[in-house]
Amino acid sequence: MTGARRPRAKIVLAKPGLDGHDRGIKVVGMALRDAGAEVVYLGLHQTAEQIVHAALAEDADVIGLSVLSGVHLDVSQELIKACHAAQLDDVAIVVGGTIPPADVTRLRQLGVRDVMPVGTAIDDVVDRILTLAAEETRP
Amino acid sequence: MIDQHTAITTDSGIPLDPVYYPDSVAPDLTSRLGEPGHAPFTRGPYSTMYRERLWSMRQYAGYGSADDTNARFRYLLSQGQTALSVAFDLPTQLGFDSSAESVRAEVGRVGVAIDTVEDMEAVFDGLPIDQLSVNFTINATAPIILAFYLVAAERQGAKMADVAGTLQNDILKEFLARKTFIFPPDHSIRLVTDVVEYASEHLPRFNGISITGYHAREAGCDAVQEIGLTMASAIAYTEAFLARGLDFDFFAPRLSFHFSSQLDLFEEACKVRAARRMWSKLATERFGAQKPNSARLRFFSGCSGATLTAQQPLNNVVRSTLQCLAAVLGGAQSIHVMGYDEALGIPTEESVRLALRTQQIIAHESGVARVIDPLAGSYFVERLTDDIEERAWQIVRDVADGGGLVDMLAAGIPQRWIAESAYRYEREVASGERIKVGVNKFVSDDTAVPPLFEVDESAGDRQRQRLAERLARRHDAAARSALSELEAALRNGTNSMPHIMDAGRAGATLGEIADTMRAVFGVYREPQPW
Repeated sequence: MTGARRPRAKIVLAKPGLDGHDRGIKVVGMALRDAGAEVVYLGLHQTAEQIVHAALAEDADVIGLSVLSGVHLDVSQELIKACHAAQLDDVAIVVGGTIPPADVTRLRQLGVRDVMPVGTAIDDVVDRILTLAAEETRP
Repeated sequence: MIDQHTAITTDSGIPLDPVYYPDSVAPDLTSRLGEPGHAPFTRGPYSTMYRERLWSMRQYAGYGSADDTNARFRYLLSQGQTALSVAFDLPTQLGFDSSAESVRAEVGRVGVAIDTVEDMEAVFDGLPIDQLSVNFTINATAPIILAFYLVAAERQGAKMADVAGTLQNDILKEFLARKTFIFPPDHSIRLVTDVVEYASEHLPRFNGISITGYHAREAGCDAVQEIGLTMASAIAYTEAFLARGLDFDFFAPRLSFHFSSQLDLFEEACKVRAARRMWSKLATERFGAQKPNSARLRFFSGCSGATLTAQQPLNNVVRSTLQCLAAVLGGAQSIHVMGYDEALGIPTEESVRLALRTQQIIAHESGVARVIDPLAGSYFVERLTDDIEERAWQIVRDVADGGGLVDMLAAGIPQRWIAESAYRYEREVASGERIKVGVNKFVSDDTAVPPLFEVDESAGDRQRQRLAERLARRHDAAARSALSELEAALRNGTNSMPHIMDAGRAGATLGEIADTMRAVFGVYREPQPW
């Protein structure tokens, strides 16, 4: 990192696993764009390796996962492992979707920086992601 | 004074007058209505409707292994549910066996895992298939699931003529909104056609396809778009079936439909009245239906998961009640009511029971089922039905002008309509323009969460163990030979259904059959979403 604040936050969004519910992630992507962020949505069925590869290529500040099929713990763990393996440590991971309250803490313990279950207001989602992005671009 | 009512619209944006009068309705209403059970079917697909038979109460259920799901089905039937609806896990929907390493965590998670015919037999163990009506929410792998079900039925001693139910088998809406596609569109439509041809020939009580607007609606489009896109799908399928050489009246009577039921009570009830009239016109004027039943639209109404809130989850009971009421007022043939806890996870047994009780109270206590099409004749209802129909036809024309639904989907255009509509909705909630009780208004500090369904983490291991035992017992050469005969049928264009059934009988797995299809058809990747 050069220490210079980037003009735009760079957010990589992805749907891991087999889940196809993409209403939420598209809405989040559109809202982030309207807030001035640069958004790369990778689409469905992304493996941890594919997401890490994209995050490196795009020099992402934040990776956002959306999971509505209940496998949020498994896919987050895999992504964090893949980030470590690729020495990708200057990116914040956030997870949204159908996340039972008890799993919010578990996800944070795994190293997920923020969790936004169904019901989180869209402006709140945008603020929290952009705040994390700003932290990641800080020297 | 500000003319406030000019800004008031239905949820899909149709302007509303403050009050409606006889001249709000276009002349010749009688011919637009017809009689119940007769063209144009505005008033309902059957002449007696709920007076003779209530709608089927069909709660969507399935999780874990076949045994777990069998237990939930027995419970639901014991509580007065009148039909079944099977939820499959994502590996089953996407053509993977439970043993596939990449899908381990997903086995049994959002539905039941089916690897072999024996799993299907276990789901229906002790449940007589020839006395049930079963809905299968399955699409890319629909021919495999139907084949496994028919072999299970055969092993129970059921006659094919008694097998009743509905296979979703609507692949176009997977590309549009639901996203469990495997093969490219042309090959996918070929498989849909194989099923519809086979079912029309052999299964007189079974609907081989359920043409679905539900998922586009849940993904964000409005009621008018839902109806318009569903009719565009019905046209695309009909053209594919006709291109196979099937006669319209051979398959049309068993086409079924599936719509969402959301919260704008009158618009939801009017929407399905308009849809019935549209299909009747399409069937007779465009496709030359000769049999009256070919023009008769029957539908399953799924209440809406997208309208449920994680905040104050008990409020969802009220939302679901309104949605179920709208479906009944609209004349649905079968209904699923959401569990109030579904914004948080898989519904608990208690929440599913309450959803079923919601249907039973509306059916047996509210009195709304006593009269057919009870809203008819209301100046407002008839005007709104006409307005929805007119706007939905415009969507049908837009899709035709864009080259038909299949081409539009390949270009990602209707997908964008849906996403933009979903975003607009979210902005309206954020600005407070659209009120969500407990979310952006009447918010309470009480964040208590109801007891949630606990996924049995051992289900996946049990399923993998069972699959391994079955594979060890089967006659490998027989399975391999059935699969190569299937491959030949897939390549030479003969109907694949009998060959998939043979493969199932020989112990071939869902994953092996799907792999055979992948080898012939290839797999589909979504165009860049934006």
